[in-house]
Amino acid sequence: MTGTPTRVVDPGPEDGFYWTSGADGHLRIAGCNDCERLHHPPAPVCPYCHGRGLEPKVVSGQGTVAAFTINHQPFMPGFDPPYAFGFVEIDEDPTIRLGTNIVGCELDAIRVGMAVEVTFEEYGDYFVPLFKPTGST
Amino acid sequence: MDEPLERRAVISGAAQSDIGRRLHRSGLDLTIEAALRAIDDAGLTVDDIDGLSTYPGSGGPFGGASGAELHDALRLSLNWRDGGLETSGQLGAVHKAVLAVGAGLARHVLVFRTVVEGSGGPVRASAAGGGMPPAFRYLIPYGAASAANWIACYANRHMHDYGTTREQLGAVAINARNHAASNPKAIYTEPMTMEDYLEARPVSEPFGLYDCDVPCDGSTAVVVSHRDHAGDAPEVPIQVNALGTAHRGRPSWDQFDDLTTMGMRDSAASLWERTELTPEDVDTAQLYDGFSWLTLAWIEAMGFCQRGEGGPFVEDGTRIAHGGALPLNTWGGQLSGGRLHGFGFLHEAVMQLRGQAHLQVEDAEVAVVGAGGGPECGALLLTRGLT
Repeated sequence: MTGTPTRVVDPGPEDGFYWTSGADGHLRIAGCNDCERLHHPPAPVCPYCHGRGLEPKVVSGQGTVAAFTINHQPFMPGFDPPYAFGFVEIDEDPTIRLGTNIVGCELDAIRVGMAVEVTFEEYGDYFVPLFKPTGST
Repeated sequence: MDEPLERRAVISGAAQSDIGRRLHRSGLDLTIEAALRAIDDAGLTVDDIDGLSTYPGSGGPFGGASGAELHDALRLSLNWRDGGLETSGQLGAVHKAVLAVGAGLARHVLVFRTVVEGSGGPVRASAAGGGMPPAFRYLIPYGAASAANWIACYANRHMHDYGTTREQLGAVAINARNHAASNPKAIYTEPMTMEDYLEARPVSEPFGLYDCDVPCDGSTAVVVSHRDHAGDAPEVPIQVNALGTAHRGRPSWDQFDDLTTMGMRDSAASLWERTELTPEDVDTAQLYDGFSWLTLAWIEAMGFCQRGEGGPFVEDGTRIAHGGALPLNTWGGQLSGGRLHGFGFLHEAVMQLRGQAHLQVEDAEVAVVGAGGGPECGALLLTRGLT
């Protein structure tokens, strides 16, 4: 990925907060005020207790790479390969998996099981959550 | 258990249009060609068709023709019609036709899938955004615009957990290429070595060019009839033994509960729950290969080997070759035969069970078809003759 790619962010009615949460440096995941569990992607009902009292909850931003690919094909204009796309499971609930780019390291250093932390890329009105190896700059 | 409803249905006709990379013909034109051939193959006339089913219907991916277009073009008079994307994968159109016949809503249902991919490609998302399907909201912003990217993540995790190798994925691709040489409609028929496979340009690791199926133009049509028609049909009836329709995991590319399998886990499990037959009874398997790794996932899901052992199962190529214990994708699959989006496998299964395949499996009596990847998959178990 050379420079800042052209990102197509298009939130739905429930998940606008996810894409702006990073403005204060924190990642937020939808959570239930009744049973306290997190879920993703945000929905207007808790999938566990069917509670309707929901709000974004701050999480640590720490996670683990569950799966990834290095993309070489120029599928999207403004998104120059090669780059790493993957799924990160968050420490608070590993059933929650975030699609993301893995950044901040050589592509061939990325591994399944690698500890990562969130970093935000400011892009227009959005703070796009990306993940980098924990402790890297 | 009571006899499953699907056994009231047979596949009485099956046919394809011309198939090629850029035929410069409309989807409707190709569809009509396949449809008329399939109706004739079933020993029927257009007036006998009283049901119509298609995947994905209007607005779906990879072009094609809608049910309404064919309905009107042939001036069909229908007792039942259906088309849609939210079903048990591409074969969902067949599942629904079988259920309609079993329920008595229709007697002869024409089912088709047409692809026109000259201008096909990955999910199109405008830079301005707007109207992105929810399923893609956490993929597209990260440059993951193609199923190649999403499925590559699963393949990579399978390699990590089970030691699956690129050479094992290559065995699926080479097997398909070897079989395609006998298929006059196949897209890629030149022999391919492991070296050719490994040296092809990378697409999305671990996938290279030959792990990805080849887009094409073409239409496949089948006629699903009530079994009572079998005595009047010119060809041996191919009975529907079991449907695999389950979706037990989350319907999501990124949130599915297991990153080493996909929806086929549930399609296959539900298929075997509806039959007294077992994987040992299968004479030929036609299993989706939109990407090479999907076939390994299908082999494991179907129970031809244990979870995680799909790689070793295919590794030396002999087991899955024509003449092997489990002849696989004997028409060349989508990797070499062309991306007919699930229906190429169905067509081949019917031809094998009739004894009319280009690369015939001796005494084939039971065939399994699995189609789809990601959260939406479906399966069919077919048998030669009526039980």
